[in-house]
Amino acid sequence: MSAETHADHGHHHEVHEEPHGTLRDYVIGFVLSVILTAIPFWLVMAGPIESKTVTAVIVLALAAVQMVVHMIYFLHMNGRSEGGWNMTALVFTVIIVVIVLVGSLWVMTHLDANMMATHEEMIRR
Amino acid sequence: MANQAITADMGHAPAFHLAEEPHHPEGHSTPLGFWLYLMSDCLIFAILFAVYAVLGGNFAAGPSPKDLFDLNLVAVNTAMLLLSSITFGFAMLSMARQRKGATLAWLAVTGLFGLAFLGIELYEFHHMIHLGATPQRSAFLSAFFTLVGTHGLHVTFGTLWLVTLMVQIGRFGLIPANRRRMTCLSMFWHFLDVIWIGVFTIVYLMGMLR
Amino acid sequence: MSVASTSQSILFGKLSLSALPLNEAIVVWTFVVVAIGAVAVLAALTYFRLWGYLWREWFTSVDHKKIGIMYMVLGIIMLLRGFADAVMMRLQQAWAFNGSEGYLNAHHYDQIFTAHGVIMIFFVAMPLVTGLMNYVVPLQIGARDVSFPFLNNFSFWMTTAGAVLVMMSLFIGEFAQTGWLAYPPLSGIDGSPGVGVDYYIWALQIAGVGTTLSGINLICTIIKMRAPGMDMMKMPVFTWTSLCTNVLIVATFPVLTAVLVLLSLDRYVGTNFFTSDLGGNPMMYVNLIWIWGHPEVYILVLPAFGIFSEVTSTFTGKRLFGYTSMVYATVVITILSYLVWLHHFFTMGSGASVNSFFGITTMIISIPTGAKMFNWLFTMYRGRIRFEAPMMWTIAFMLTFVIGGMTGVLLAVPPADFVLHNSLFLVAHFHNVIIGGVLYGLFAGMIYWWPKAFGFRLHPLLGKFSFWFWVIGFWFAFMPLYVLGLMGVTRRLRVFDDPSQQIWFMIAGFGAFLIFLGIVCFLLQIAYSIWKRDELRDETGDPWDGRTLEWATSSPPPAYNFAFTPVVHDNDAWSDMKKRGYQRPLTGYRPIHMPRNTGAGVILAGISLVLGFALIWHIWWLVAVSFVGLIATAIAHTFNYNRDYYIPAEEVTRTEEERTRALAAVGV
Repeated sequence: MSAETHADHGHHHEVHEEPHGTLRDYVIGFVLSVILTAIPFWLVMAGPIESKTVTAVIVLALAAVQMVVHMIYFLHMNGRSEGGWNMTALVFTVIIVVIVLVGSLWVMTHLDANMMATHEEMIRR
Repeated sequence: MANQAITADMGHAPAFHLAEEPHHPEGHSTPLGFWLYLMSDCLIFAILFAVYAVLGGNFAAGPSPKDLFDLNLVAVNTAMLLLSSITFGFAMLSMARQRKGATLAWLAVTGLFGLAFLGIELYEFHHMIHLGATPQRSAFLSAFFTLVGTHGLHVTFGTLWLVTLMVQIGRFGLIPANRRRMTCLSMFWHFLDVIWIGVFTIVYLMGMLR
Repeated sequence: MSVASTSQSILFGKLSLSALPLNEAIVVWTFVVVAIGAVAVLAALTYFRLWGYLWREWFTSVDHKKIGIMYMVLGIIMLLRGFADAVMMRLQQAWAFNGSEGYLNAHHYDQIFTAHGVIMIFFVAMPLVTGLMNYVVPLQIGARDVSFPFLNNFSFWMTTAGAVLVMMSLFIGEFAQTGWLAYPPLSGIDGSPGVGVDYYIWALQIAGVGTTLSGINLICTIIKMRAPGMDMMKMPVFTWTSLCTNVLIVATFPVLTAVLVLLSLDRYVGTNFFTSDLGGNPMMYVNLIWIWGHPEVYILVLPAFGIFSEVTSTFTGKRLFGYTSMVYATVVITILSYLVWLHHFFTMGSGASVNSFFGITTMIISIPTGAKMFNWLFTMYRGRIRFEAPMMWTIAFMLTFVIGGMTGVLLAVPPADFVLHNSLFLVAHFHNVIIGGVLYGLFAGMIYWWPKAFGFRLHPLLGKFSFWFWVIGFWFAFMPLYVLGLMGVTRRLRVFDDPSQQIWFMIAGFGAFLIFLGIVCFLLQIAYSIWKRDELRDETGDPWDGRTLEWATSSPPPAYNFAFTPVVHDNDAWSDMKKRGYQRPLTGYRPIHMPRNTGAGVILAGISLVLGFALIWHIWWLVAVSFVGLIATAIAHTFNYNRDYYIPAEEVTRTEEERTRALAAVGV
């Protein structure tokens, strides 16, 4: 694999992998992100949905979608750049981030429930 | 590869070295290296988000998000960052077309949006501290100021870098080294955008729903 | 005792003459000895006019080989400091029975056990591991240098700056008295009002920048700079384990950085992350720091596994058994290491479901490790084993590490952990795996690659003395701690009540003495080998009949490593080349593109050191000045676009012809 990569570099190194999108990419990305930002703000500020849980789930889902939009249209992520290593690094990071977030919440909630629930609840009220 | 032919006289043995220098263009590792740096930075934010998620409900009988956050302000701030993102995109497009003046102009616009974002954020912080909602007041506020402040600090350094790069492009033109730096800075800038999506969703919007 | 509550001056912050520990006789005498030694070294450097040479050829060098060697020197110097701490603890614990207080007061003793842990992990194991990776990886993959040579130099100096801060704390102020992970609330401003924890924080933060950047650097190097033909599954195992280690570094050190930032905010700004007031939660610190802390042990041990793999296959003269399974085991360990962190605090109280999950993941991680063990055994099976020093260390590792691993699996059972938690059993366990795994691996690696780095072998007999003192000393020093742990003795105690325990501490102290002899023999081995270097000279560049590319070039390699970039066809590339009658090319040399030396790394790290010192002592004007200076210097450095040069073809020709003559002289 790397033999080919090196050969590639030898021939046209001046223009190699400068990951800039097209004008179309940027405009699509911008429009999408405006929409994906406006909806959650509207959902929370105007409160058209009764249930807070449903609102929260939708807001979180839209945030996830918007992150993907930014990744694709602004950061030009795809499975090919840098021989796939960019994507590998991103996937690995996302896994670690999920482990850190979910793990910490799980561990600390159980700790709270076992060790200091009443005290904490009193403080919060 | 033709340039391995030097050892061909050994008959059966394949080539064991390149006769020509393999050309690693200068800085060919930089985009990947910078991306890895961003991933490591992402983990710093992950920890700050985890802290906010765990401690964010501990108001210690102090102010809560509903007492403090002004979503209109946050929406304006988000708009600043989104606009700065597309203007940076325009700067990158101008660079691709070798237009130095346009590149610099779009960078300047981006920098101004960045400064506007920072100004609004500082105003918000000042306002909160004025109300007595200081970082010391509760674990929620400690986590809030640190998470949002760290993002703001990144934008500050991004702006400083942007100004430096404008000087360098102005002086040396769109040479390969500067183009590489533009690529890195654009990744940095857009990465901060992605983090901000997490911030306005988890901190502000979810905070108001709490 | 503490130097905290003194008033602050604008000029010197919290720093005053009372910060010098003049009332501690031991520290004063240490200072006198160190000062005399330092003056002697500085005088010698000046007398022999070596400053210019050191600055030009070493301090500002961006050559990965020289930086690797500098990391090793740093690691070995800090090993002496860390080991001195260990001996002092052993002496105190063997002494303080029957009403005796021993010879160390609590303030001093607490600093010693903290410093011992911090130094051994961050400033001994990490530099030695990073040093070996730096030296070996680019050679193994047939590259001329790392991806970012300047960053490499900068990383080294940041690590050194961190080490310097720790050493300064010995004589100016104090070090943390909190244990090596500085748990709050003890490490909070109320529990530790002095500067000790601040030294801890800024030493680790500054060194951490270096570690993270060097991690990014080596990942890029391995991904982008491999010789043509070397696809991922043709990489030497040491390169594979280095890749995984550096992935772990890049994906965990930011966690440490963030956690320490939060702790410093609690201490400096008065936030409430880890306090017990206003909603703070000290347990969150414990949770977060172990998300870094557990992968850290794999950061240390994976390269050691790589070294053992290289050594085993070289000294049995066989291809490594189960290369693919070795690679997959390494990758699996890399990922699993993120799923076990809670086993460090089973007793915190997260409950049965959480504890069971982390107990099970911990036990699972022993499976890939076991697979590796069998791979090494099967490599040796029916091989023609040469019992040179690196191989001896490898076999000692296999015996020691299996026992340490098994006590680890014991501790992974939550109910058992409730009994053994925080006891000397735990201390014995992690020394068992870190000494038996990491340190033995580093010794094997240092002896194995020494002739590559310097062109002569280390004296074998002294090496064997060092080996036997270490291995026997280890058993004497740590087996008694298992016994004491089972008897219920907790760690970090200064005085003891039960006289029946004293004999075990004395045995452990004797073990420490044997290890001391092992270290002395190791240093003697280096000194004697340098003295007798002409007798131990190796001109072939391949003294062990090696199998990977680093043995294809001369010892020490020229600045450009390889006159021609090698092309790889097989896992054991050099073995393959030798087997198929590879002829070294003698003509057709080209100019070689290389990075230029720069002093920017030293300067930036030096300013960081000043910044850290100013932050520790609350000298705010100096904080401002050095911070602005740091940013300005960094920006100024980016205006330097002239960072590389060509080694002319004539110079390459000259160097290579010299090697041709040297090879001819030994008849190769």
